[in-house]
Amino acid sequence: MTTTETQTRRITTAKAMAEGIALEMRRDPDVFVMGEDVGPYGGIFGSTTDLFDEFGADRVIDTPISETGFIGAGIGAAVEGLRPIVELMFIDFYGVCMDQITNHMAKIHYESGGNVNVPMVLMSATGGGYSDAAQHSQCLWGTFAHLPGIKVVVPSNPYDAKGLMISAIRDDNPVLYLFHKGAQGLVWMEKNPRSIGHVPEESYTVPIGEAAVAREGTDVTIVTLSLSVQHSLDVAEQLSDEGVSVEVVDLRSLVPLDTGTILESVAKTGRVLVVDEDYKSFGVTGEIAAVIAEHDPTMLTKPFRRLAVPDVPIPYARVLEQGILPTRDKIAAGVKDLMS
Amino acid sequence: MGQLNRLDLYRQMVRIRQYESRILQEYHADKKPAWDIGAGLIPGEMHLSAGQEPVAVGVCANLKKGDAITAPHRPHHFALAHGVDMNAMTAEIYGRDTGLCRGKGGHMHLFDPENHFSCSGIIGQGYPVACGQAMAFKRKGTDHVAVAVAGDGAANQGAFHESLNLAALWKLPVIFVIEDNDWAISVHRSFSTANASNADRAVGYGMPGVRIENNDVEAVFEAAGAAIDRARAGEGPSLIEVHTLRLWGHFEGDAQAYRGADLETVDERDPIPLYAAALTELGELSEGQIESIASEAAAEVDAAITFATSSPSPTADDALLHVFA
Repeated sequence: MTTTETQTRRITTAKAMAEGIALEMRRDPDVFVMGEDVGPYGGIFGSTTDLFDEFGADRVIDTPISETGFIGAGIGAAVEGLRPIVELMFIDFYGVCMDQITNHMAKIHYESGGNVNVPMVLMSATGGGYSDAAQHSQCLWGTFAHLPGIKVVVPSNPYDAKGLMISAIRDDNPVLYLFHKGAQGLVWMEKNPRSIGHVPEESYTVPIGEAAVAREGTDVTIVTLSLSVQHSLDVAEQLSDEGVSVEVVDLRSLVPLDTGTILESVAKTGRVLVVDEDYKSFGVTGEIAAVIAEHDPTMLTKPFRRLAVPDVPIPYARVLEQGILPTRDKIAAGVKDLMS
Repeated sequence: MGQLNRLDLYRQMVRIRQYESRILQEYHADKKPAWDIGAGLIPGEMHLSAGQEPVAVGVCANLKKGDAITAPHRPHHFALAHGVDMNAMTAEIYGRDTGLCRGKGGHMHLFDPENHFSCSGIIGQGYPVACGQAMAFKRKGTDHVAVAVAGDGAANQGAFHESLNLAALWKLPVIFVIEDNDWAISVHRSFSTANASNADRAVGYGMPGVRIENNDVEAVFEAAGAAIDRARAGEGPSLIEVHTLRLWGHFEGDAQAYRGADLETVDERDPIPLYAAALTELGELSEGQIESIASEAAAEVDAAITFATSSPSPTADDALLHVFA
């Protein structure tokens, strides 16, 4: 393959995730995958596409619908030195297994005084926008980021999805890898063109804890994550035609949070809009406001603004759901408001 | 199966009882005010296992180095029987920097990776973790086993049922041990559990289940030996329920008014004097041995308490360490 061909290889986020897992499984026999429908189906949202064919039932394990059982089993396997990747099909299902996640996966290293590592990846699908309603559309990353002991990664595009997956697998800590269904590039959901992108074939890592400036700008900073990065980039392009220069900061991980990149951008623009598809109160948007306020509130030339789900469960009907999600038109309105 | 060594079983039970008796004494010794469970050199909740020694001792006598145990909130008997260092464990209970977990865990969260021993204070949640450890042992091609221990109350948790199904489905080398001490804190088993025997539940998941009715260390030893042999041979999990005895309260300070007449007979059901009498009758234990075993155990416990109380405390800044590796 020529260099040119390599650089133009474009794949979906889902495929990029699976490719990252496959590369690590080839490199390290201790890596294995388990979860519901991760086998021949390839993961409901494509995160384990083709892995079963290559690695077989012994390393790509379909589980019963027993999230407490198999997440706990992942923890036990990790404690014994294996590197399990466990899929919780929807993050909304956390209610049936939260004890294993927060009281065990997240706390064992601390409780043991640093003597026991839990090197596992828990990956899970987040987000709405396709009328799956209140129990299958949440993001909830703020909930998990709030609880000490879990690294939380939130990729927005194929390149980061692969590099963050490889970093997550190699990390000696539990990593919650939250991928947005709408950013997976699935054929059965609304197409977001940014969900297909250039991904090198070879192995590479994206460090956990480093935000990316997804687009440089000078007037307004949008701090955001996951699918909302794609929407924000769309808005930034559109507003650029209207003479507004928007910088988009893609957090890429919530734990650790790259406060330096946020503050640097806000210091430059003096205006910030935080866009989050999670619930508004006590979450990511408030946390970033606090980061700025604790550092230097005078950096802001306009009052802090945030756009998030307005503290309601995710509704079903399209008009209702679109009414509460951080859609492109609401992001654009937020930016324009900051510029007025 | 290991060779039955009655004197060793007795010695280990006495050692554990001496430990628990001394912790009981030290726990209450300096509480000011006496009702404040957060006060004193040993703060927090304290769940002691007196009366349940036959379960831990009978099971652990069949284990070898590298086998795993997940224990519940009442963990000391299994920890000591499995070889967890008494000094480091005691220092942990005293919240010292020399403790197993540098003071971060306390008595319900003892982690000893060298012995593959861990606890969870959440009822029934050690079961899935044990399944994962067993999964790792199997994947690595070893013959090690994982023992998941919890009380009868835990057998009504979803985690228990999910784990039994997973272990049976994947033929994992797990031994599920249920300590039925009749009480889930203050609720008697007859008010919590539809089955008279959890062995029946095991059968429902396609694994052998036995219930041992009389808190007999030798019966536990035999049953655990068979289950562990089966697991090591790759034949999958088993369940053992032991009808044991909670000699003391659910936690220290529990007045146990709810136990009624049950409390009146606990001393005569205490398994250690009963086993001493049985061994004496068999001619395998003398008065002199009873005394020497007790005094050896007391000396070991004394040394552990001294180690703990003379160890440094962590500093407040240490609280910020070890969130991540």
